[in-house]
Amino acid sequence: MKVLVCVKRVVDFNTRIQVKSDGTGVQLDGVKFSMNPFDEIAVEEAIRLKEAGIASEVVAVSIGNDKSQDTLRSALAMGADSAVLINADQEVQPLAAAKALKTVVEQQQPKLVLMGKQAIDDDANQTGQMLAALLGWPQATFASELVIDGDTANVTREVDAGLETLNVDLPAVVTSDLRLNEPRYIKLPDIMKAKRKPLDTLAMADVAGGETAMIETVKTSAPPQRQAGIKVDSTEALLAELKTRNLV
Amino acid sequence: MSNILVIAEHANGQLNNSTARAVACAKAIGGEVTVLALTASGDEVATAAATIAGVSNVINLQDVSNGHALAATQAPQIAAIADGYSHVLAPNSTFGKDLMPRVAALMDAPMVTDIMAVHDARTFDRPVYAGNAITTVKVPDSVAVVATVRCASWAPEAGEQAAAAVESSANSAALPTHTRFVGLVSEQGDRPDLQAADRVVSGGRGLGAAEHFALVEGLADKLGAAVGASRAAVDSGWVPNDLQVGQTGKIIAPELYIAAGISGAIQHLAGIKDAGTIVAINKDPDAPIFEVADIGLVADLHQVLPELTNAL
Repeated sequence: MKVLVCVKRVVDFNTRIQVKSDGTGVQLDGVKFSMNPFDEIAVEEAIRLKEAGIASEVVAVSIGNDKSQDTLRSALAMGADSAVLINADQEVQPLAAAKALKTVVEQQQPKLVLMGKQAIDDDANQTGQMLAALLGWPQATFASELVIDGDTANVTREVDAGLETLNVDLPAVVTSDLRLNEPRYIKLPDIMKAKRKPLDTLAMADVAGGETAMIETVKTSAPPQRQAGIKVDSTEALLAELKTRNLV
Repeated sequence: MSNILVIAEHANGQLNNSTARAVACAKAIGGEVTVLALTASGDEVATAAATIAGVSNVINLQDVSNGHALAATQAPQIAAIADGYSHVLAPNSTFGKDLMPRVAALMDAPMVTDIMAVHDARTFDRPVYAGNAITTVKVPDSVAVVATVRCASWAPEAGEQAAAAVESSANSAALPTHTRFVGLVSEQGDRPDLQAADRVVSGGRGLGAAEHFALVEGLADKLGAAVGASRAAVDSGWVPNDLQVGQTGKIIAPELYIAAGISGAIQHLAGIKDAGTIVAINKDPDAPIFEVADIGLVADLHQVLPELTNAL
């Protein structure tokens, strides 16, 4: 069974986000980028399926400019067999991304598509579900456990009410939540090996699948900041303050 | 004028109050508000939705597949009746986050996740970068607005109205059979729902061990509060994942939030920034939680929590 895993290059999760004063976006110059952490979990899950003998081949896909090759090389170093870059210099929103990925899925014919539940830059949480809809496939979002059972998969999902389990026919789209696994550290020899693995490039225009409406970003602003309040020095003083404010 | 369809969230015949929050956002957009209840049987959910202030109509769409809210089977039902509506909204709970992108793709419309504020019928504020930036976005006139509504930003309208008209409907769309509900494990017990509660007491790494979580639960029960936790407490296996508060867990807006032994990582703070009053109890005076706390107490929670519980 072939597994396709989708990865996005995003601002590193440790970066302190600075909103530009002219409202045109956040400061991206001189900022460290890495693989979206949720996608890293998806790659790890795909590799584990291969190590368990369930997946035969793992193909990593990314959409972005040339720099997204670095992200794909990381996926290859983790253990993916080959990679496809959909080359796009402009912003690609989730619906357009899903349409492009649909084209790649039709070319690659995987039985399973894995990706993070959301990217930590736009926090959209849309692409996996949109891809599943366009393909007419099942979706299992926010996965914390994935068990392949023949032609179906049992997926445990982190939902507001607790842990929900779905059984879906394959092929399916599964999006990973934080607790699906802990991604491995990449070792130096694997980075060297990854350089020799195949990485194909497709032009966004060739896989876009027609015109897609875009949401316009009018401006970006900094969120209102909460201010520190008062300090109290004892449980009694805390209780008195809560009573004064009519909170207990 | 806008003609807004709001998808009701419900379980076990109970309407979730996230629906009323989505209706509050729909009212800010302005226009006629129709609530769509996708149910397997019964009219409790539709009847409850009809009394939310500001709702003009309710559609009770009944299909045997709606016994559990599966995006794969509910999205086609919604897309089939969405024609003629200018907006399709759902709460940004895991229910809405799972469902709405599938609806949007079937409608060939881009989607707005997590509406915090409404500028006009097509222009909204939404958070990006874990709430560290806010973008103002505009949906083009060529498509319907498909969006989820950030529950913490929209208080449900107080009070009820005389029930709006409820129309019964049947599904006309072809529905897939490739997705099956197996089960749900829930450990919430008798305490209030974390996302709906007026008061929340949360515990973090500072508790030190799973058994010390009883201190948090004791105070919560005395206050009639829900129990929450930081990611550190969940990752340590002390409490189930559905108690996690933060950007990657639940985003909440209670009137009173008490954080015990929580240092205040950015992703946790992103989940509580809309809270009314934040109380922080932590023995580390430099913990970032104190930078946002309205009332801070630098002390050992193992001493403070029992004292507070007993004094109440």
